[in-house]
Amino acid sequence: MIAFIGKRLLGLVATLLVASFLVFAVTEFSPGNVARKTLGPFAAQESVDLLYQKLHLNDSLPVRYVRWLGVLTGVIADPLQDPALKLDFKDPRGDRYFGNFGYSTLYKLPVNDVIWNRLGNTALLAGISFALIVPLSLIFGVLAGMREGSFLDRTISVFGIVATSIPEFASGVFLVAIFVVALRLLPGTSPLTTGGGGWSIASQFVLPVAVLVLYDSGYVVRMVRGSTAEVMNKPYIRTAVLKGLSFKTVVWRHAVRNAMIAPFTVILLQINFLISGVVVTEMVFAYPGFGRMLLEASLFGDIALIEAATLVALAVATTTQLLSDIGYALLNPQIRVA
Amino acid sequence: MTADAPTHVSALEPGKLAAAPEVMPDAVAASMTSLVAPTAPGAPVAAIDRKPPSLLRRLPTSPIAMVGLALIGIWVVLAALAPFLPLDDPNRQDFLSLANPLPSAKHWLGVDIKGRDILSRLIFGARTVLTVAPFAAICAYLVGMPLGLLAGYYGGKVDLIVSRLSDIILAFPIIILYVILISQIGPSFWNIVLAVILTAGPGIGRIVRGLTLEQRHLDYVAAAQLRKESDFYVMAVELLPNCRGPLITDFCLRVGYTIITIGILGFLGLGLPPPDPDWGTMVKEGTTLISVHPHMSLFPAIAIVSLVLGFNLVADGVRELSLTD
Amino acid sequence: MTAPLLRVENLKVEYRSAAGSVTAIPDLSFEVAPGESLGIVGESGCGKSTLLMAIMGHLGSSGVATGRVIFEGKEISKASPAELRAVRSGGIAMVYQDPNAALNPTLKIGRQLVEVPMLRAGVSPTEATRLSERMLADVHLPDPASVMERYPHQLSGGQKQRAVIAMALLANPRLLLLDEPTTGLDVTVEAAVLDLVDELREKYGTSLIYITHNVGVVAQVCDRVGVMYLGDLVEEAPVGALFASPRHPYTRRLMACVPRLDGDKHTTSFLPIPGQPSSLRDRPAGCPFSPRCVGFTPGLCDQKVPVEEIGPNHRVRCFRHREAEMFEPAAQDIVAPAEPRPEIVLEAQGLSKIYKLGNSFFGAKRSAALSANEDLNFSAKKSEIVAIVGESGSGKSTFARILAGLQDATSGKLVVLGSDIANTTASERSSDQLSAVQMVFQNPDATLNPSHSAGFPIARALKKFKVTHGSKETQSRVAELFQMVRLAPSLMRVRPGRLSGGQKQRVAIARAFAATPDILVADEPVSALDVSVQAAIVNLLLQIQKTKGTTIVFISHDLALVRHLADQVIVMYLGKVMESGPVAALFAPPFHPYTEALLSAVPVPDPAAEQRHVRLSGETPSPINVPKGCRFATRCPRKVGAICDEVPPPERKGEGGHMILCHIPLDELAAVAPIFQHNRSERAPA
Repeated sequence: MIAFIGKRLLGLVATLLVASFLVFAVTEFSPGNVARKTLGPFAAQESVDLLYQKLHLNDSLPVRYVRWLGVLTGVIADPLQDPALKLDFKDPRGDRYFGNFGYSTLYKLPVNDVIWNRLGNTALLAGISFALIVPLSLIFGVLAGMREGSFLDRTISVFGIVATSIPEFASGVFLVAIFVVALRLLPGTSPLTTGGGGWSIASQFVLPVAVLVLYDSGYVVRMVRGSTAEVMNKPYIRTAVLKGLSFKTVVWRHAVRNAMIAPFTVILLQINFLISGVVVTEMVFAYPGFGRMLLEASLFGDIALIEAATLVALAVATTTQLLSDIGYALLNPQIRVA
Repeated sequence: MTADAPTHVSALEPGKLAAAPEVMPDAVAASMTSLVAPTAPGAPVAAIDRKPPSLLRRLPTSPIAMVGLALIGIWVVLAALAPFLPLDDPNRQDFLSLANPLPSAKHWLGVDIKGRDILSRLIFGARTVLTVAPFAAICAYLVGMPLGLLAGYYGGKVDLIVSRLSDIILAFPIIILYVILISQIGPSFWNIVLAVILTAGPGIGRIVRGLTLEQRHLDYVAAAQLRKESDFYVMAVELLPNCRGPLITDFCLRVGYTIITIGILGFLGLGLPPPDPDWGTMVKEGTTLISVHPHMSLFPAIAIVSLVLGFNLVADGVRELSLTD
Repeated sequence: MTAPLLRVENLKVEYRSAAGSVTAIPDLSFEVAPGESLGIVGESGCGKSTLLMAIMGHLGSSGVATGRVIFEGKEISKASPAELRAVRSGGIAMVYQDPNAALNPTLKIGRQLVEVPMLRAGVSPTEATRLSERMLADVHLPDPASVMERYPHQLSGGQKQRAVIAMALLANPRLLLLDEPTTGLDVTVEAAVLDLVDELREKYGTSLIYITHNVGVVAQVCDRVGVMYLGDLVEEAPVGALFASPRHPYTRRLMACVPRLDGDKHTTSFLPIPGQPSSLRDRPAGCPFSPRCVGFTPGLCDQKVPVEEIGPNHRVRCFRHREAEMFEPAAQDIVAPAEPRPEIVLEAQGLSKIYKLGNSFFGAKRSAALSANEDLNFSAKKSEIVAIVGESGSGKSTFARILAGLQDATSGKLVVLGSDIANTTASERSSDQLSAVQMVFQNPDATLNPSHSAGFPIARALKKFKVTHGSKETQSRVAELFQMVRLAPSLMRVRPGRLSGGQKQRVAIARAFAATPDILVADEPVSALDVSVQAAIVNLLLQIQKTKGTTIVFISHDLALVRHLADQVIVMYLGKVMESGPVAALFAPPFHPYTEALLSAVPVPDPAAEQRHVRLSGETPSPINVPKGCRFATRCPRKVGAICDEVPPPERKGEGGHMILCHIPLDELAAVAPIFQHNRSERAPA
C-alpha cells in the first residue's frame, strides 16, 4: 500500500511539472508579449525592451520555465522585484522565498496576497455545496436504483437528466429572475460584503450554492443510481434475498457498500469541479472567487497570476485524483486485502 | 461523463432458445429415417426469426428518446429554415423598441439590450450552435477513438504514453483549459473546435480504451490473429464495431456538453465575436438588465436548456435500448 | 406413507414482456419425500432453474407463477412476503451454481454466515458465530476461525462452494435446492463437494433437489430422478430404474449421448438427437419432444400426453413408450473413426513456457517464475487424436496457445511438418505454417464477433490464405464449409446472436477448416455445450477427421469423453506431463496416482457401478515457484516419502509408448484394482 501511494505521488509531481510547463508554454510563448503585458499597453517601447533584456526573455522556453520554478521554490529572487526596474512591485515577504509566485499586474499585489484569499472564498462555497450534494445524491441515487423502473426511479432519473441539462448560467438566471427580481427574497450578487443592499453574508450564499447543488447533484445522482441498479441485479443480492433477509437489510447491508465503490471516485472528483469549474457561478453572482480571478487574469494577461492559479488548480485536481484512487483501493477488498 | 449502464439479468437465456433450425440432419440421424415414416415429425419447425430491428428502428419505442428527438428536431428545422422565415435581421437594432423591450406583436420575444429581435437572434444563433457543437464533437471522436484503440490494443509503452498524456490534459479542470486556451489564442470557430478536441478527446480515448481492453482477449480476436490479420484490421474491423452502443450514447451526451461549453464561453465573454448571435453571449448581455427586463437573459437560457435536454434525453433513451440489445 | 415434504401441483410459469408472454413451464407436478434426494436433469432452456426460482418465490418482475407449491403442508406459492422470508430463512435453502457470484465480495465470510442463524429468534451474535464456525468445520474447511475473517476472493473455488453450502445449512433447512453446484469446478474438487453433500445429507437428514445437466452426477448423488424437457417432466423414476431402463424417447436419446468410460469410438457412437429444442414461443401442441421424436405419430402425440405410471415410482409422459425399443436401431451405427497413420506431424521436445514475474512493486524479495509448461515431450501422428487432460492450472491451455501461435515457448522445440515453430507466433509464421495449425475455442459466445455475420470470418480466412479468389468463389466455398458442418448455408448471413451454442461452434469449426489445417487444436470445444449438442459436435469432428485426415489435439477435462475420442492421452498437472500413452493403457492399471484420483472422481452415469474412492486433499499449489521434486507430491495419496518432495521423479516406460512420471515402480503401480467394478454386459443397451 505504501508503495502504491509512493508511486502515485511521484506520478502526481510528474504530472504537475508537465502540465505547468504546458501552461507556461502557452502563456509565455511569445516573449515580446510577456514584457509588454507586464508593463501594460501604455508603457514606452524602451521600457519594454529594457525589461525584455532584464528578464532574459530571449532564452529558450525550457530555460525560462526552470527559472520560473527557481523563483517559485525560493532558489532565485524574482527579477521583477528588483528595485532597479522601478516597477514598484513590493512584496512584504521579500523577493526570494519558497512559494514566491511573483507579482500580479492586474491587482497590483503580490500573487500570494490575492490567490489564497480567493481560493478560500471558493473553498467555502465549494464546501457548503459539497456538504449538500453528497447526502442528497446518495440518498436519491440509492432510492432510485434500488427498485429500477419504479415510479420513484423514473421520477428521480428525469429530475437528474433535467438538472444536468441546465448549465449554471442558465439556472443562475432562472433563480435570479424568481428570487431576486420577482420575489425580492435574496440578493442578486454575492460580493461577500454587507455594504450595498444590506444583505447578510449568509443570504449571499443561498443562490450560488443552489446553482451548484442543482447542476452537480443531477450528475452524481445518475451515477449513484446506475451503480446501485447494477449491483441490485448481481447474483449475490439474489443470495441475500433468498436467505430470507428483508429488502431493507438487503439494500443497506449488502447492496450499498458495493454500489458506493464506483461513485466514490466520482464524488471526490466533484471537489475538483467545485473548486476550479465554478467560474461561471462566480461570474453570475459576482462572487470574489478563485475561478473569477483566473478568468480576469486570463483576459488581462496577468501572466504570473495565470501561472500560479493554474498550478494551484492542477494541484487540487491531481490531489483529488490521488485521494480517489487511494479511496477506491481502500474500499474494494479485492485490492485492499490481497 | 456517461453514467454507467446497469446490467440486466434475464432468467431466460434467449440465445439458446429461439434459434434457427439446422436444415440438414446429421448423417447418423439421416440413416435412421428408413426405419421411420418419411413424413417430417409433427409440430412446426421454428421459423427463422425475422432479423431483429436495428437500434435506429427501435428508437420510436422509447418515449424519452422521442421527446429528446422532438426537442432537437424543432431547433434543427428552425435553424435550417431560418433564411426563409419572415424574421427580422438578427443584427438590426430597433432603437424605438428599446423603450418597451418586452415581447410584443412586433417582436414576439422582445428585444435585447441593443434593440435586436430576440426571436430571430435565437433562431440564427441555433444555426451556429448546431453546426459547431456536433462538428467539434465529431472531430474529438476522430482524435480520441484511434488513440483509445491504440492504447487498449497494444498496451505497454503505447498505453503508458497515451494514458499519461490524457491524464495530464484531464487534470486541467475543463473550464480552466478553455479559458486559458481561448484567452490566449482568441475565439474563433476553429479555435473552439480545437479546444473541444483537446478537452473531450482524452475522455473519449479513455472510454474506447476500456472497451478495447474488454475485447482484446476474446476468442474472436485470437481467431483473427490466427488468420494473420493486420493490427489495423483487428482494431478497425473486429474491435471498433462492438463499441457502437456506448459510443453512440456518449456522442449524444458529448454534443450536449459541448453546447453547454459553447454557451459558457459566450457567457464568460470568450464566445464568437459580436455581432453574430451567440446564445451564451446573449445571456451575458441580458444580465446587465436582469433586474428590470429578465426576459433578455431568460429566453436564450431556455433555448440552451431545451437543446441540451434534447440531446441528454436521446442519450438516455439510446442507452436504455442498447441494454436490451 | 409419510406426507411429502414438498409438493408441486400444476405449476405454470409464464414470463410476460412487452412482446407478449412466454410459458416456461406449462404444467408441472411432483413431490419430494422427507430425506429424499431428487435429481432434475435437463439441458439448457428446459426450465430447471425456473423451477427452483418458482419454488423459492423469486421469479422477478416479469415472471408469473400459477398452481400450488406446498411445503410442509403449507401453501407457499401464495405466501405473504413475511411468510416467504420465514420459509427462506428456516425451511428451504439454496446452493448456487457460481460461488464467485453468489458471495458478496465486500463482506467477510463470517459476516455473511452469521446473518443466517441470527434471523431466527433468540440467537445472539456470539451464538451465531459459534454455530457458523462449527458449520465451517462440518464442511471441512481448515481453520474455520480464520476463514470467517476472510473475504471471498481469498478462497479458492472449491472452498467458496463449501462456504456457500455452509451458509445454506446454517438455516437448518429441511429442503436444500442445489442449482448445478459443481459446474465450473475441477473434477477432483467436484468429487469432494459431492462427497460432502452426501455426508451432510446423512448427518442432517435434509431433502435435496439437485438440478444438473450432468447425467453422471445424478447417478452418484440422487435417489430419484426427473427428466425435464421444455418445462415438462417427461420421465420420473428411481435412479436405478432410470439408468437401467429409461422409457421416454428423450431420456433414451439423452443417455445415448453421454460418454461412458467403458467404450470408445471404435465400439460405439453417440446418437445425437436430431433438430433442436423448439423455442418457448413455438411450443408444440401435445408432447414437447414431438418435433424431434422419431416415433412421432400425428393425431396421437400432438394431443396432451397424460402421465402414466409404469413401475414403482416410475412415471412417463409418452404414448408410445412401450414401443420405444422399436425405434432404436438394432445395431448401432458406428461412425467409423479414422486410423492414425505412421507419419509424425507434430513433435514437442522439452517444450517449456515460464513467465518471469518482474518486481512490479518495491518490496518483492526475489523475482518469481510462473511455470506454465515445463519440459513437455510427446509426438502426434497423422489422423491421430491426442487428448490433453488436466484440471485448471495444468497448463493445457497454454500449450494449446503455443501450438496455435498465440504465444511463444520459452525453450524447447515444437516441430510441425518439418519446421520448428516453438518460438514463432502467428504473426511471424508463414502462410503455410499458419494454415497448418488452426484452433477451435472453448466458449461459443466469445468465439464469433457479434458484429459480423457468421460467414464473414470464414470468407476472410479463405481470402487471407489465398484459398479462393474473387467473391463468388469465396462465397460458394463458404457455403460448402457450412454444409460440411451441417449448417444451412442460409445461416451465412446471420449474426451470431441468433445462433445457438452448438451452431456457433459449428461455425467455429468451419472457420478453422477454411485453411485446410493439418492439425486442429481444439481447446475444450464442447465443454460449454449441452450433452446432446456435444455428441453431435464430437461426431462431426470424427467425420471430418475421417474425410480429411486431420490430426486433432483435443484438450478436455472430461475423462469419459476422452476415453471415447482419443487415440493417445496426455495427463498434465501443474505444467508437467504426469502420464501419457495410448488411450487403453491410460484407463487401465498401471496408473499414475494423479490419473488414479482423476478416474475415481469422474461421475459415472451408472448407479450400479462401483467406483474406487481415491480423493485428493488440499488444493492445487500455485504454479509460481513450483516444488523441487514431484509436483504432485503435496497431494499424492501414494506418496512414498521425502524423496517425492526433493527429487524429480523418473520417467517409467511401459508398453506401446506408455509413460508414467513417478518414483513408484511400474509393477507396484499396476498392482491396484481397476477403478470400476461392474459387469459390462449388465448395462442395458442405450
